[in-house]
Amino acid sequence: MQFMLLFSRQGKLRLQKWYVPLSDKEKKKITRELVQTVLARKPKMCSFLEWRDLKIVYKRYASLYFCCAIEDQDNELITLEIIHRYVELLDKYFGSVCELDIIFNFEKAYFILDEFLLGGEAQETSKKNVLKAIEQADLLQEVRHNYFL
Amino acid sequence: MPAVSKGDGMRGLAVFISDIRNCKSKEAEVKRINKELANIRSKFKGDKALDGYSKKKYVCKLLFIFLLGHDIDFGHMEAVNLLSSNKYTEKQIGYLFISVLVNSNSDLIRLINNAIKNDLASRNPTFMNLALHCIANVGSREMAEAFATEIPRILVAGDTMDSVKQSAALCLLRLNRTSPDLLAMGEWTSRVVHLLNDQHLGVVTAATSLIITLAQKNPDELKTSVPLAVGRLSRIVTPSSSDLLDYTYYFVSAPWLSVKLLRLLQCYPPPEDGAVRSRLTECLEAILNKAQEPPKSKKVQHSNAKYAVLFEAISLIIHHDSEPNLLVRACNQLGQFLQHRETNLRYLALESMCTLATSEFSHEAVKTHIETVINALKTERDVSVRQRAVDLLYAMCDRSNAKQIVAEMLGYLETADYSIREEIVLKVAILAEKYAVDYTWYVDTILNLIRIAGDYVSEEVWYRVIQIVINRDDVQGYAAKTVFEALQAPACHENLVKVGGYILGEFGNLIAGDPRSSPLVQFSLLHSKFHLCSVPSRALLLSTYIKFINLFPEIKGTIQEVLRSDSQLRNSDVELQQRAVEYLRLSCVASTDILATVLEEMPPFPERESSILAKLKKRKGPGVLPDTEDSRKDKSAGLNGAVETVNVRAVAQVDLRSLCATCQYCHSLNDSRNFFSHLTSPLQSADLLGVGSTPPSSGSLLVDIFSENHSPSPTPASGAPAAPIFDENFPRFVCKNNGVLFENQLLQIGLKSEFRQNLGRMYVFYGNKTSTQFLSFSSSVPVDSTVDGGAQLQQTLNIECMSDFVEAPIFNIQFRYGGTLQTIAIKLPITLNKFFQPTEMMAQDFFQRWKQLSAPQQEVQKIFKAKNAMDAEITKAKLIGFGVSLLDQVDPNPSNFVAAGIIHTKTVQVGCLLRLEPNSQAQMYRLTLRTSRDSVSQRLCDLLSDQF
Repeated sequence: MQFMLLFSRQGKLRLQKWYVPLSDKEKKKITRELVQTVLARKPKMCSFLEWRDLKIVYKRYASLYFCCAIEDQDNELITLEIIHRYVELLDKYFGSVCELDIIFNFEKAYFILDEFLLGGEAQETSKKNVLKAIEQADLLQEVRHNYFL
Repeated sequence: MPAVSKGDGMRGLAVFISDIRNCKSKEAEVKRINKELANIRSKFKGDKALDGYSKKKYVCKLLFIFLLGHDIDFGHMEAVNLLSSNKYTEKQIGYLFISVLVNSNSDLIRLINNAIKNDLASRNPTFMNLALHCIANVGSREMAEAFATEIPRILVAGDTMDSVKQSAALCLLRLNRTSPDLLAMGEWTSRVVHLLNDQHLGVVTAATSLIITLAQKNPDELKTSVPLAVGRLSRIVTPSSSDLLDYTYYFVSAPWLSVKLLRLLQCYPPPEDGAVRSRLTECLEAILNKAQEPPKSKKVQHSNAKYAVLFEAISLIIHHDSEPNLLVRACNQLGQFLQHRETNLRYLALESMCTLATSEFSHEAVKTHIETVINALKTERDVSVRQRAVDLLYAMCDRSNAKQIVAEMLGYLETADYSIREEIVLKVAILAEKYAVDYTWYVDTILNLIRIAGDYVSEEVWYRVIQIVINRDDVQGYAAKTVFEALQAPACHENLVKVGGYILGEFGNLIAGDPRSSPLVQFSLLHSKFHLCSVPSRALLLSTYIKFINLFPEIKGTIQEVLRSDSQLRNSDVELQQRAVEYLRLSCVASTDILATVLEEMPPFPERESSILAKLKKRKGPGVLPDTEDSRKDKSAGLNGAVETVNVRAVAQVDLRSLCATCQYCHSLNDSRNFFSHLTSPLQSADLLGVGSTPPSSGSLLVDIFSENHSPSPTPASGAPAAPIFDENFPRFVCKNNGVLFENQLLQIGLKSEFRQNLGRMYVFYGNKTSTQFLSFSSSVPVDSTVDGGAQLQQTLNIECMSDFVEAPIFNIQFRYGGTLQTIAIKLPITLNKFFQPTEMMAQDFFQRWKQLSAPQQEVQKIFKAKNAMDAEITKAKLIGFGVSLLDQVDPNPSNFVAAGIIHTKTVQVGCLLRLEPNSQAQMYRLTLRTSRDSVSQRLCDLLSDQF
């Protein structure tokens, strides 16, 4: 996977994760272009599209679009399920996740993603294991926090 | 503001985010952000040392501002400081900031690397993971340099925690992608391979990803992964496999890992070991079987995961391309998906079938779905799916279904989305050319393309149709007739005007016999479009007009009138004005002969890869479109070598003539300028007759002159191998006098010749195609000894026919290019018929003479199959080119041709009568020749019968 973008129906970018080195300018350009392209598509359309030399896999969950760019050899359907698993992880962690959770806790959304995907590939596909790792970290910070209070 | 439920909320951050969200306008937001930036900057610069929490909060705010799309130019140092905090939460935010806002500042990178090093050495798995995540996210070269040896060690160490192994594997994957040169293979590689057998499926999944990227680079070193991957796959997909608990996703066992393993196997050919191979076949069959089972859940996640594995298995089957049984099963499965209610599956099935179509085992099976695919083209509501259908039709096209597919694509083009029109146009143009059985269909198809989607017909497409028409005598008459008809539409596309202008300028004479398309009608038709066209098209039309002056002297006055008008001679566009002035002048001063030479029909284009195909490849990038030719060469030996044989060199060659069609006229005009200069400067000529020391008394003079013994050329360097005689283009010159006789990478030899009675003059043009000088240049007739790079050398040969002959003279050329001696031997296209003088006669005279030549040896008859399309206009043109005069109303059957001429040699004249009877039903001709000499009859018959 080359990158993953989360954006709202209004086109506001909520999360961006890049697995290839690109300049900030290029990233902004890509984001603008893709947000426009994906938002213009109708609901019943296919979840895959060709874009430049990449394949875009996207899916909408409530007000958020999850959009991944994968390479020619990569598997579209499994990418769709990567998105779904990430949504499940967010949902489980926040308890029925909504866009606001991701806005106010953007750093958590990044941490969860890093536990799940690394370098653009699945690191741990077991939901239980990912959540365990995140909860351990949270525990760590709460303990330390209380300790310092 | 929602309550922050988890972790330690940073209240200040939440307030700030709320503020931003409450901003009513972009300006308000910018104002709020600037205020915050000023605040943070002052805190960072302040005298009071910030505690970890505040530092973390401000760094996090900066991160938020950056993610909103604003530039951040400070705070990096504070983030680096956080890295060395021993509080997890501060460290975590520090790493996140670094991951998102990498700065190439080397001082900073050194500090970051230092912090990472400490965390890697900490033996605290959560810290180690943070550090590894940071390397994987940043992946910079400096990090690769610092950790390329450390991370493999962590990965394979026995005591490393599973979660750290997972991070380390993917961290290496990232470094291998960004700096492959820094990652040395070693003993660790084989231990990584053995991670495929690890207990922990998360470790196996991460390791498989790493092994894939390593195997792509060094397949041999990771070959041992194949049996392990097959074993692992088998334990997942075969029915006896145990429950994988948390790695089962919506009733599908480890779909991610399965996909990865199948992907890894695609780095290798089918396993050589029979046991491994049959185990893999079992796996693939099991996956195909599962697709047929009733779903275990109605959820889309279940079917997606299941079919993700299936599609990857099909990719592997196609990659191996060795099991016909599996290939056909895969094709049938995809065939079912073509009608699935899920759009995604229809899309993927179309895509996957494209590659399946390239396999010889499944090509036929794919073709059986043609109706479904055509239906998809008509009914799919999503353009990206229709696009896939177009791709698949293109991939499954072969000779058997080309007409249907091209017709469907043309039909679709009428309503196709603008975004994909140009690509469809290219594909139709390529298929039409590749599978043209007769070129009239090709011409029709391209003209249809222009009619339906003129705006999307790129230059390459209409250049190509012209190249083909110029190169194929058999289609020229038809093309002229068809464009003429198409031009009569009240509104026709400018591209059609260009094609029409070009083709009529070259071949308008072939249809001028019909009063409905008389020269004047052709001219008026073209000129009626003139004022609606853009400047380049007008320039092209002006060139057509001057060509018309040559083709149709009878309308010279009308055309001169047009050229002379103020709108041309005083046109504000300098190119148009110059053309009008020059053409007008040319038509006034040049004699008919000169005009005929200057405005001679364009010589054939060198055969090359279709420029359209090159364009399509460029659009799609190599490999995206299945190159059906490579895999199915045997099945599609097409008519046109230009597309069939992909000439790599030709792609790179910049061919000026295909770059600018209007330039082709410039090109011919340039020729004309050269031509004039040649006329005024002393002609460099060598009289063949004067070269031979003693005039031969008998036999074929030309053969004698050119035979080895009499070679007037400097003796070739001893030991130079005799070049094979090149006579490929020889037949082309039987019915015409000008064109390219020879061409290779270095040299192009063009010919212009004229004959009168028993004399002839041939201008040989040697074009040096390289940028280097040819040295020691010599031919059978003395000539300048060097040819500069890119320059053209002209040589004139005077020819005299002493008596009738069969063998054409061989012409030897030698030169040095880059130190090697090049030897070329060419058969000069001097044939007996060149010395024809056409003879007009009435029917009565003809039959009288016919009867006089009734001795059996005087008549030669040949019945032969037509090699080209049978077109009366072309046949006429060829007979006239052959040198005889066509006699109308002699044969009672109007579709037969009767002609007469006299061969002039120095000693005798030989009268010749001929009759050509086409039988279009049988696609045969019967040719009868009667002359007073049997040798002449035979030779003429051989020459002429080869032309149809």
